[in-house]
Amino acid sequence: MIRLENVTRVYGQGAKAVTALKDVNLEVAAGSITGVIGVSGAGKSTLIRCVNLLERPTRGRVFVAGQELTAMNKTELRKARHGIGMIFQHFNLLESRTVRDNIGLPLELIGTPRRDIDQRIDELLELTGLNDRASAYPAALSGGQKQRVAIARALASNPQALLCDEATSALDPQTTSSILTLLRDINQRLGLTILLITHEMEVVRTICDQVALISGGALVETAPVGDFFTRPATEEGRTFLNDFLQLAPSNALLQRMADSPEDNRLPVVRLVFRGQALSSQLMTQLEQHFGIRLRILQARVENIQGRTLGLMIAEFDGARDTLDAAMDHLHTLDVQTEVLGHVQRHD
Amino acid sequence: MSSAMIDRILDAVIDTFYLVICSGLIGIALGIVMGVALYVTRENRIMAMPVLNRAISLVVNVGRSVPFIILMLALAPFTRWLVGSYIGTTAALVPLSIAAIPFVARLVEGALNEVPHGLIEAAESMGATPWQIITRVLLPEARGGLITAATITIIALIGYSAMAGAIGAGGLGAVAYNYGYSRYNPMVMLVTVLIMVVMVQGVQMLGDFFVHRSRHR
Repeated sequence: MIRLENVTRVYGQGAKAVTALKDVNLEVAAGSITGVIGVSGAGKSTLIRCVNLLERPTRGRVFVAGQELTAMNKTELRKARHGIGMIFQHFNLLESRTVRDNIGLPLELIGTPRRDIDQRIDELLELTGLNDRASAYPAALSGGQKQRVAIARALASNPQALLCDEATSALDPQTTSSILTLLRDINQRLGLTILLITHEMEVVRTICDQVALISGGALVETAPVGDFFTRPATEEGRTFLNDFLQLAPSNALLQRMADSPEDNRLPVVRLVFRGQALSSQLMTQLEQHFGIRLRILQARVENIQGRTLGLMIAEFDGARDTLDAAMDHLHTLDVQTEVLGHVQRHD
Repeated sequence: MSSAMIDRILDAVIDTFYLVICSGLIGIALGIVMGVALYVTRENRIMAMPVLNRAISLVVNVGRSVPFIILMLALAPFTRWLVGSYIGTTAALVPLSIAAIPFVARLVEGALNEVPHGLIEAAESMGATPWQIITRVLLPEARGGLITAATITIIALIGYSAMAGAIGAGGLGAVAYNYGYSRYNPMVMLVTVLIMVVMVQGVQMLGDFFVHRSRHR
């Protein structure tokens, strides 16, 4: 549905040139939601603006709905843009227009008859739950309501694709969640393809099917969301995921830990288990087969796109010679292990 | 004050209205066109034409740097060519309108600069043409600033029209100069000054009212 081929965007020229995007290749399947995630300055904004050519790529090609946007003249491009909706972090509503008239704007631009515009506005007010705010001006709306108006406006001309530029970054967590629910709902009901950019893993986790991690202007990892959260393929991916999951050893634990396995010290292990590997079964097995008891120090279980992701930091209390065998057993169960350090035995 | 003087002052008020309203309408209409041109042709804007932009900007600066009294005299041949005479109320409309255009243009450019860039980007993402962006986004969103610009212009024109009166345009300036100053009638001077104060005050209040009404917050 949306395809970027070797898209590069360079600002400025000569010695002062800055490369904001480097050879970006991305494919967003029709009807799916893809999230591009990255820290500030990674090139997310440039990337999404290159999709509808608000910024023209220096090199590379952009396809939306089978048409090459980068090969179009201005008139063709404007026509293509009617089929690509866009919403923004700061909503970008016209203060001089009511909610109704903001929503109707894209249709006015293409010369839709007034009666059809009014009918479409009514449908969109219904879809976005804004019926009672139809004649309000944007200044009287909350942030969440403003973004709903923006979504309704972006959908007015029945686009096939929706671009979301940090659409929830200016909203509080509850409002964010309601906007994400609305986007998911629209995606499922209308089969709309959505490409969003965000710096929040929570957004990706909640609604995306595919995630692309951008760093320094390049896409470093593109994967289905379930895979990315359970098995990030790159170092950048792991760093991003760990920051999100926040299962780093606590400061108190870090102070107690020593690097070397001296006598009488117990290994502290971070376990990452996926899918059906439930922790209680795991612990029983370790105790029965290897005589190792787990003392859980920190733990977290997440459900991501129907897949379980468990993280645990635990002391392994048992004979040292069975430890390696226990680890091997865990690996066969697809549990990832990492020895973080060693702590003094408690008792 | 004699009744003849009162009639003279009333006629002068009507002349001043005529001068200010006509030159205001012409000046504001053409000034908006020029201001929009200044705005849209700037680099990275919706109709970027940097060379044209610099040319318009130069014209505007030249127009604004010539004092009105000099502009009026310098334009005399042009005025005579255009309306057949360079003396009289209608003749004064020419320099008044021309002086207003660059003045309005800069004020309009300033008002348009206040429109958040995100709105233009949003309109572009919807496939709006530059003309649609101007008429449906830029001008409506800048309405408050445009009304303020019009108010300031009308008030400046009230002042300019009095200056034009001194060289035969009629209006309150002519009465103040011919009777208040040359024939030393302090009462006439006082009354004309008071009338102008009331006019300026009235225009400002009207402007503030419309600015307030155009704001939806």
